[in-house]
Amino acid sequence: MTEMRRVTAICNGSVIDHIPAGAALKVLRMLRISGKSSNPVSLVMNVPSGKYGAKDIIKVEDRELTQEELDRLSIIAPHASVAIIRNYTVAKKRSVEAHNELVNVAKCTFSNCITHGNREPQSHRLTVISVDPLQLRCHYCCRAQDMDAIIDNLL
Amino acid sequence: MADDLITMDDLTNEQIDALLKDAEKLLPAANGEVYLPLLEGKLLGNMFFEPSTRTRMSFETAMKRLGGNVVNLGALASSSVTKGETLFDTMKMVDGYCDVAVLRHPRQGAAQYAADACKIPILNGGDGAGHHPTQTLLDLFTIKQAHGKLNLNVVMVGDLRYGRTVHSLSHALSRFGANLTFIAPPGLSMPEEIIEDLKANGSNIKVSEDLVSNLPTADVVYMTRIQKERFPDEDEYLKVAGIYKLSRKDLKDVKESMIIMHPLPRVDEIHPNVDSTPHAAYFDQAFNGVVARMALLCYLFGVDIPKEVSQ
Repeated sequence: MTEMRRVTAICNGSVIDHIPAGAALKVLRMLRISGKSSNPVSLVMNVPSGKYGAKDIIKVEDRELTQEELDRLSIIAPHASVAIIRNYTVAKKRSVEAHNELVNVAKCTFSNCITHGNREPQSHRLTVISVDPLQLRCHYCCRAQDMDAIIDNLL
Repeated sequence: MADDLITMDDLTNEQIDALLKDAEKLLPAANGEVYLPLLEGKLLGNMFFEPSTRTRMSFETAMKRLGGNVVNLGALASSSVTKGETLFDTMKMVDGYCDVAVLRHPRQGAAQYAADACKIPILNGGDGAGHHPTQTLLDLFTIKQAHGKLNLNVVMVGDLRYGRTVHSLSHALSRFGANLTFIAPPGLSMPEEIIEDLKANGSNIKVSEDLVSNLPTADVVYMTRIQKERFPDEDEYLKVAGIYKLSRKDLKDVKESMIIMHPLPRVDEIHPNVDSTPHAAYFDQAFNGVVARMALLCYLFGVDIPKEVSQ
């Protein structure tokens, strides 16, 4: 728990742990946490991890992340876990769950996919072909997803 | 079969076999010898967001030969698409008007997208560089007519990267045990992920850039046009245009039973002097678009085809 002391404990909120080192900013983006929200957010990067060598951690005060929000992270942080903190104690623990499909998490990486059409309203749907390593295929155009490029297509 | 036909994966091998048998039975109705109004009162929506001659006309012919009727999207310039209407909204409208719709669209995945939006069956008439399953049905029918079987040596030539007909056909043929040879210029070769899929199906795949040396062992040579409209600029197109041309003099050492196919339109891939050889199958293939689509429409509407269709 030494890394937890790098920032102060939070009274209420969520602690997202086991984020791959360097991916914390992308996680914030995926969770739509920006500097514009009023919740205090603490972020530590590249802290030592027994399991993964190094990891990032994010603490979001006064916001309890839902399982659905956490599952969005499977693209960049499949091993992330969340501790929901209430009154300085862990009230709940959640980890990213693998789903058969990611809905409205990211846009297909193939630029000529119908989902890149102007104002098309249906959901962006990516079918999970394999969980580890994560491989995705677009539900509509059937193209295998470029997992390096998909980070830029997060919704 | 699922209600929609988006890729050949929506059909089992048994269903494909049944459709090819039905198509054979429907030949007298397809060529107008017999009027067979099995789909009277049914309406098909022809939704072509990209130019088409054969697919659009053969669906229309198929529907009318079966006593049904057709409404067309018409020229894009005169439709609401130019006003910025989404595909979703356009297809929702057609969903209310028609009993079945055929969609051709420049964007890949459009057919599945439309199928998700509609209650009526959607038939993929070509989506970008994606799939063209009804073309595959007529191609399979043409091959079966000529050879009586599908586990053959099939050589595919030309634009294998953007050519949706060869994508769908290679998948289907691999399921029936065909040996596939892909001949394409640099930059237009069959996408690696398709080759991987085909190999996973157990297919024997050969990749080459030379056409003539692969002709003697071929049972089917499937020529395709280098598609100018898929190139970002003309210079890139001109580098590879006209690279593979088949003419009568190339056919000296081919098997007697070998057939040459082409989804048409052709530019200069097949010289007109091949047309009069017994190997030329591309015009029969174009006609087969009617009969294969008639079989598919009957199947979709659950209509029984009489055991014998005759006068």
